[in-house]
Amino acid sequence: MIEIKNIHKSYHMGSNSLHVLKGINFNVKEGELVSIMGSSGSGKSTLLNILGMLDEADSGEYVLDGFPIQNLNEKIAAKYRNEFLGFIFQSFNLINYKSALDNVALPLYYQGIKRKERIDKARHYLEKVGLGPWSNHLPSELSGGQKQRVAIARALASDPKVLLADEPTGALDTATSYEVMELIQGINDEGKTILVVTHEHDIANMTKRIVNLKDGVIIDDSLVEQVRASQYV
Amino acid sequence: MFDIERWQEIFETLRKNKLRTFLTGLSVASGIFILVILLGFSKGIENGVTSQFQRDATNMITVWTNRTTKEYKGLNPGRYVQLKNGDFDMVSTKYKDYLEYESSLHGMWGVTMTYGNQTGSYRIRGVMPDHQFIENADILKGRFLNQADLDEAKKVAVIGNKMKRDLFKDEDAIDKNILMYGMNFKVIGVFSDPGGDREEDQAYIPISTSQKVFNIGDNIRNMLFTVEMSDNFSDAVTLSQNISTEIESQIKQMHTVAPDDTGAVRVYNTLEEAKKIYKLIDTIKAVFWFVGIGTIIAGIVGVGNIMLIIVKERTKEIGIRKALGALPWSIIGMIIQEAVFVTMFSGLFGLISGLALLEAVGPQVESDFIKYPQVDFNIAITTVFILVFAGALAGFIPAYRAAKIKPIEALRDE
Repeated sequence: MIEIKNIHKSYHMGSNSLHVLKGINFNVKEGELVSIMGSSGSGKSTLLNILGMLDEADSGEYVLDGFPIQNLNEKIAAKYRNEFLGFIFQSFNLINYKSALDNVALPLYYQGIKRKERIDKARHYLEKVGLGPWSNHLPSELSGGQKQRVAIARALASDPKVLLADEPTGALDTATSYEVMELIQGINDEGKTILVVTHEHDIANMTKRIVNLKDGVIIDDSLVEQVRASQYV
Repeated sequence: MFDIERWQEIFETLRKNKLRTFLTGLSVASGIFILVILLGFSKGIENGVTSQFQRDATNMITVWTNRTTKEYKGLNPGRYVQLKNGDFDMVSTKYKDYLEYESSLHGMWGVTMTYGNQTGSYRIRGVMPDHQFIENADILKGRFLNQADLDEAKKVAVIGNKMKRDLFKDEDAIDKNILMYGMNFKVIGVFSDPGGDREEDQAYIPISTSQKVFNIGDNIRNMLFTVEMSDNFSDAVTLSQNISTEIESQIKQMHTVAPDDTGAVRVYNTLEEAKKIYKLIDTIKAVFWFVGIGTIIAGIVGVGNIMLIIVKERTKEIGIRKALGALPWSIIGMIIQEAVFVTMFSGLFGLISGLALLEAVGPQVESDFIKYPQVDFNIAITTVFILVFAGALAGFIPAYRAAKIKPIEALRDE
């Protein structure tokens, strides 16, 4: 599903140059649930942003489901993001003046789907994450865990090939974190490919494979025995 | 532009951000509103001043005389210069090509006039048929004096509207006789004058009749002329000044008056005054335009400022939308469409309420110097479009920049 070869990325700040990714190679097959671990500054978020086409690599190859991702113009990048990827952020990134339902429906708006169909689909995904009764609430009226569930429903709404989650539990307490991970595991069980960036070991252990990043290179990439989150909930 | 889904999205955004929408709208609406009121009153003042001035023809030359103040060619000062019919005929013939209307005048004040058992004291003026146009008088009923009245020195009178109301009440005045100095004068017309009651409190009779009735021979008191107006205002002023000067020296020469005796023969040229008034009106207009344009600039800056803040505030939202697959142009388009809609709607609202206020208050204004405040609709609508355009432009620049930044940076923006 995802193939990346020798990805390099540097940030330039004034005269200083920071080499963040120093040749990353890894592949993700369909249906995998992968966590990317590393201390802050290891380049894990940068890698995720490149995978998410939110940022561009300086060099290297990236192929997503057979589509080479390189030299994208804004238009194509937007189309790919919309069709191939679903994002889950640490800070949720919901639009604060839109109801939960409208937030979930937004990616469908950019797919050009008619309003009625959008709302139906959005309601379906909102129910899937267990927030059916909250569909008309604004994000400010929801708890952190609920907000993240809305974000997950939004990421699922466009039926993407890959879900990218950047510290999805970073802003949540442990109990809520496990609830969110249970949801993510459930989605993975249905066959969706998911990448999770985290620095928490318990969260990483709930995935099927852990990729360890340090100073811009992969130091360890191993399959793990998945811990089911449901046993903590 | 006609994408219904886009409009739904925009209306939803506007509805969910009521305060922001309201403030943007308010700044635009009040800017246009103030401009409409300003331009309306500027026009009102122009109308008022112009109508004050239109009591008499604007291109009038008046000649009148007094006692000499200087010794000249052996004649003593203090001698009264008496204008005669001959003087009038001379000027009339000599400047025939340049003069439009002409009338000599002889007036009496405080003449007792009676109709039935109503009596009053009025001014009576012997004039020529052209006098109607020199005074800008309107005939309400009947007719003004004509050449036949003048030639035959008929005992006929054209009376002012106020005088008609006083003497005749509701009765028809035409063909009725009024009594003055024991003689019957037949009323042939009723006139109104832009000068109002003061000018309508009098009667006009033929000057020939006046000279006979008052037994003054061929004496006259004033001579009144209007100059042919040329299309070019300053040409007209020059012509009128030249003729005034010539008439003055001509009459002084004929009556043996010192050329520098300013008191004995006076020629008053209203066009020169008109020029001053028009200059004043131009100045007033310029001031109002200056204030108006200042208001519009303030409005543009206000709209621009609000658009900048809106886009800044929405940077993160733009990042989210981009991450979810929004095209850069769809974001720019959405923000501009929203800005144009809000400025257009509130601009028209300000325009309509301004016009409505002028329409409601305008007729109530009871001042001689402000009349019929009104506004040129084209100017008003143009300003609305300028504001809309400015709002769109002010929204475009930051929206374009926001749409250009990478979604990851926009998302990081807190």
